[in-house]
Order: sequence, then C-alpha cells, then structure tokens
Amino acid sequence: MDIQTLTFIIVGLTFALYIAIAIWSRAGSTSDFYVASGGVHPVMNGMATAADWMSAASFISMAGIIAFAGYDGSVYLMGWTGGYVLLALCLAPYLRKFGKFTVPDFIGDRYYSQTARTIAVICAILISFTYIAGQMRGVGVVFSRFLEVDIATGVFIGAVIVFFYTVLGGMKGITYTQVAQYCVLAFAYLVPAIFISIYMTGHVLPQTGFGATIAQGVAGEGTYLLDRLDGLSAELGLAAYTSGIKSKIDVFAITCALMVGTAGLPHVIVRFFTVPKVRDARRSAGWALVFISVVYLTAPSIAGFAKVNLINTVNGPDLQGVEYEAAPDWVKNWEKTGLITWEDKNDDGKMFYSGDDRNEMTVDRDIMVLANPEIANLPAWVVALVAAGGVAAALSTSAGLLLVISTSVSHDLLKRTLTPNITDKQELMWARVAAAVAIALSTWFGINPPGFVAQVVAFAFGLAAASFFPAIILGIFYKRMNSTGAIAGMIVGIVFTLAYIIYFKFVNPAANTADNWLFGISPEGIGTIGMLLNFIVSYLVHKITGDAPQDTQDLVESIRYPRGAGGATH
Amino acid sequence: MAFKSEELAKAYWRDNISLVLKLLAVWFIVSYGFGIILVDWLNQFTFFGFKLGFWFAQQGSIITFVILIFVYVKRMAALDNKYEVHEE
Repeated sequence: MDIQTLTFIIVGLTFALYIAIAIWSRAGSTSDFYVASGGVHPVMNGMATAADWMSAASFISMAGIIAFAGYDGSVYLMGWTGGYVLLALCLAPYLRKFGKFTVPDFIGDRYYSQTARTIAVICAILISFTYIAGQMRGVGVVFSRFLEVDIATGVFIGAVIVFFYTVLGGMKGITYTQVAQYCVLAFAYLVPAIFISIYMTGHVLPQTGFGATIAQGVAGEGTYLLDRLDGLSAELGLAAYTSGIKSKIDVFAITCALMVGTAGLPHVIVRFFTVPKVRDARRSAGWALVFISVVYLTAPSIAGFAKVNLINTVNGPDLQGVEYEAAPDWVKNWEKTGLITWEDKNDDGKMFYSGDDRNEMTVDRDIMVLANPEIANLPAWVVALVAAGGVAAALSTSAGLLLVISTSVSHDLLKRTLTPNITDKQELMWARVAAAVAIALSTWFGINPPGFVAQVVAFAFGLAAASFFPAIILGIFYKRMNSTGAIAGMIVGIVFTLAYIIYFKFVNPAANTADNWLFGISPEGIGTIGMLLNFIVSYLVHKITGDAPQDTQDLVESIRYPRGAGGATH
Repeated sequence: MAFKSEELAKAYWRDNISLVLKLLAVWFIVSYGFGIILVDWLNQFTFFGFKLGFWFAQQGSIITFVILIFVYVKRMAALDNKYEVHEE
C-alpha cells in the first residue's frame, strides 16, 4: 500500500477512537464540562496534561529547530520542561486547595475584585487565542502534505473534529481523549527515532545513541556522532552544533520566559483542578513531566540524527555533493510542497548544503520530523504513523485551549460578572456557543496565519509569563498583596510585553536585531522583563495602597495546607 | 484552622518554603547554571560521548526536573503527615 492510503487508514482509525471516547464520556453537568468532577487519576491526568501541553510546535517543529540551531535549540528543551517544576512546587497544590475552576476565578477571588477578574479573563483569552491559531495551522500543514488537499481544506477538517469533541465532551471527554492522543503521539515520535538510532549507532535508545559512535557502514563510522556533527559544521561553514551563536543573556531570557510562561498558561493550570486531592495535584505535575520527557529527551536525538542524515544524503559521504538525478524520493516529494528547494548555482548538477555561499539548498525546519522517517528509508506505515501523531498533538492542544476560551466567556465573564442569574443549563449553552465562535475565528487565522507557527506560540508564553505568573505567585506567597497592586502589575506586564512584540514583529520588523533590543533580549524572551516589571510594579503599588483585608489574608492562609480540600466549586 | 496552634502553622509553612527553595536552587543550578552560564567551561569534560555542558542543556536538566518533582511530592507528604494537615 502506498503512503497516502496508509495515512488515510491510520489517521482515520485514530480519529474514530477520539470521537468514540468523546461520545462515550459525554458531559452531563457544568462541573463535568469544566473539570471532570475532580475524578481523574493523577497518572491519567498527567498523561492528558502532557498531550494537552505538547502541541504541533513540540511535535512537528521543535526537533527541526534544534537540528538547525544546535545548542541554541536547548532553550525550548529546558524552557518547556523546567516550567513544570515551578508548577508543581509553587502553583498546582495551592490552586487545587483553593478549589475553583479557572485562573480568572482565582485572581478574582484572591484579589476580591471584579476588575482583577475581568483583566484576567482578557489575558486568558488573549493567550489561548494566540496559541490556538498556530495549532490550526499545524493540522492544516500535516493534512495538506499527506492527504494532498490544499491547506484551507486541511484546516477546515481539523476544525470540525475539534469542535465536535470539545462541545460534546467538555473536560471529561477531553481528558480521556487526550490520554489516547498522548499514546498515539508518543508512539509516533519514538518508533522512527528508535529505528534511526539502531541504523546510525546500533543503540536501541535514541537518548544514548545520540552520544554514541557512528555504526559501521554509515559515513563517519567510529567517530562520536556529536563530534561528527561539529566537524561537519566547521567544514560547511555552519556554527558548531554543540555551542550556539545566541548571546548568553538572550538564551537566559528566552529559557526563563518559556519556563515561567508554562507555569502561567491557563489551559495547563486548569488541569490541576481535575484531580481529587492536593497530593494528587503535586503527583500529577510530576507524571505530566515524565510523559513530556519521553518526547523531549528524544527530540535532541532526532535533531542530531536528522542533521547528519541530511548532510550525508545531500552532500554525500565524501562531502562533494550528490547528483540531483540520483537524489532519493523524499527530496523530490518535499520539493513539490516548496519546503525544500535546490538551486544549482555552480551548474554541476549536484546538490550541496552548507552555511556559506556554496549552499544550494533551502530546507524548511518544520519538515524535519515529518520527513525524518522518509530520509531514513523507514516503512510506509511509520511515515503514516508520524502524520497521525502530528494531528494528535495539534488537536489535543487546540481542544484544551478552546475549553479555556469557552469557560472564560461563559463562566468568568457571564456567570461571575455580567449575568450572575443564568442557570447551569444556560451557562453550558453559552460555553458551547463561545467554543463555536472561537473555533470559527481560529480557523480563519489558521488559513490566514499572522506569522510563523513557532513564533506565535512563543509569544503566547511571554504574555502568560508577564501577566498571570506574578499575580498567582504573589497571591499565594505574599498574603498582604492587595488588588490594586496585582491589577497594576498585570496591566503593566502584559502591555509592555505585547507592545515590545508588536513593535519588533509588526510595526518595525527591520529594527528586529540584537543592537536595537532592550538589554539584547529578543521579542521571544521579553516576557522575562515583563514578568520582572509586573513583580516590581505590584510590590510598589501595594506599598503605597496598604495591605489586603484580613479575611483575604485568612483565605490565603487556608490554601497553604492540604487538609479540607473539597471538590472544585463555583 | 487545621493546626493545633499558631506556632505549628508557622513552622509548617517555614519547612515548606525551605524545602521549595532548596529544590528550586537545584533547578536553577542545573538549567541556568550548568546549561547556560557555565556551559562553555563544562564542555571541556566529556560524559558518555557528550560534552558535559551540552548534555546538561539538552538532557541532564530535564532528567533532574523529573527527579525534583518526585522528591517534592514525597517530602511534602511526609511534612503534611508530621503536622497532621494531610487529607483524610
């Protein structure tokens, strides 16, 4: 069977599975819709959180970025995992004890202020929306390559599927669907990595194969893979793989923004309300990181193997270039999508890839994971499996984000602020209407994306870092913090970060170089400064306006120990 | 108030904070310390075929993060039991 038929079958089977689970676990009540009655086992919840968390950016794009950026790509590896330590130690158990459904709920109640709640709702919608627009695009890219439909159709099909199981299932449906999606995406990520590791180094584990010597029969046999990469890079005029070119302060700032942003993302935080106990919230974060690590520890290996393979295939074992006529099928397949191009500058009929002016190839980073099984000549079913994994990653994240948008509107905005008298049934209906509107808008952004997927996603983290993280941390660890301080901090943080990103990315992109950046920090890392500003402004305003009232301080005291945690309530 | 006295409540919170700070110190050292600030110096050592600084940035820090969370879960459970504020 050819790759396309197999892709139809495998992606179709996984879809059938997700939809069956969504129907089987239909939400019966508002509380089911939001948090699955607090009845999800921590290991299951960890797995669902991992699927929720790992988006198209993690699955499709990250290993490709690392393959081309080498050490500099570590910002994503450390940034997107280190945030879970902050979540587990500083946020999850306390928010679970607090026992509300959403992040704006916590902000509104802790800071005894409707203004604070409304600002938090706006931040949550802004962050989730920035994030989801990229996911829809991710689904579209996978479909358009493997099903040979145009990207608009691909985005549309994905949107219909996401809509169905978010609206029918709510959180409970999503949780179990996401468990299934995690299994699909982890399997799809690991299988090709293991095959390639065995072929390149003889190691079954890609994690150790990455540091091993190259196996017999492969170019460069006997040398360490990483030494080979550094050697090739030097020879081809690329930056050394194991050391980067980004400035230290920028690497520091981006890592920090991604870590803190992870801990402030509303769709991740809400996960920790769905477990029965405070202790389970802590364990859940640990399990989530275990499941995420399975993919994140494999990613740098895939990146390294893919880079060596790419250079071997294009430049040949003797590094003289390979005849274009003799190029393997995958080069020609991907050329059709325009994501690989070859321009024969010196008219020798050979392909050549390098970091200097000898270069004749442009290779899109985002294709590395999808093309990897083809590059390594793996069977067609593995290629189809990777497509199914990419779709699972994008769909699971979109569903979680949609749920945040719909609960923000129906619960935080309508029920808690504008129309407190609506019934549970009406609230649930509004949640579904909000999900429908959000999906229609994100489909439009998926077809007409405002920028590259990975960039847009990184900005969502910066915004979360600069708005929610300080307000939540101060809310738990500094009981005297008052509403005026928190509100001022959130506004300054998010406005500063948003303005910096918009200026360098949209208003004046020509000025987007290290010389013009504040302290040499790129727009991807500026959330770190936004977060610091938020902390400073909150503290100063609090000093001027006085302590929070006593009953709020007592409330904060009570979330600091686990005893007495009930189920999540309105 | 779940605690028998104000002092016990304070002591529990102090122990909690000190545990969290210790773990966060490790968190900071492996990622920002070994993975970013000291990476060039650490790269002179090799570890199973990896340059050590590079290994911390791409694998070591992630492994440490997982261990940190489970240490926290275990130590906090012990702390909750000691002060009798665990969930029934």
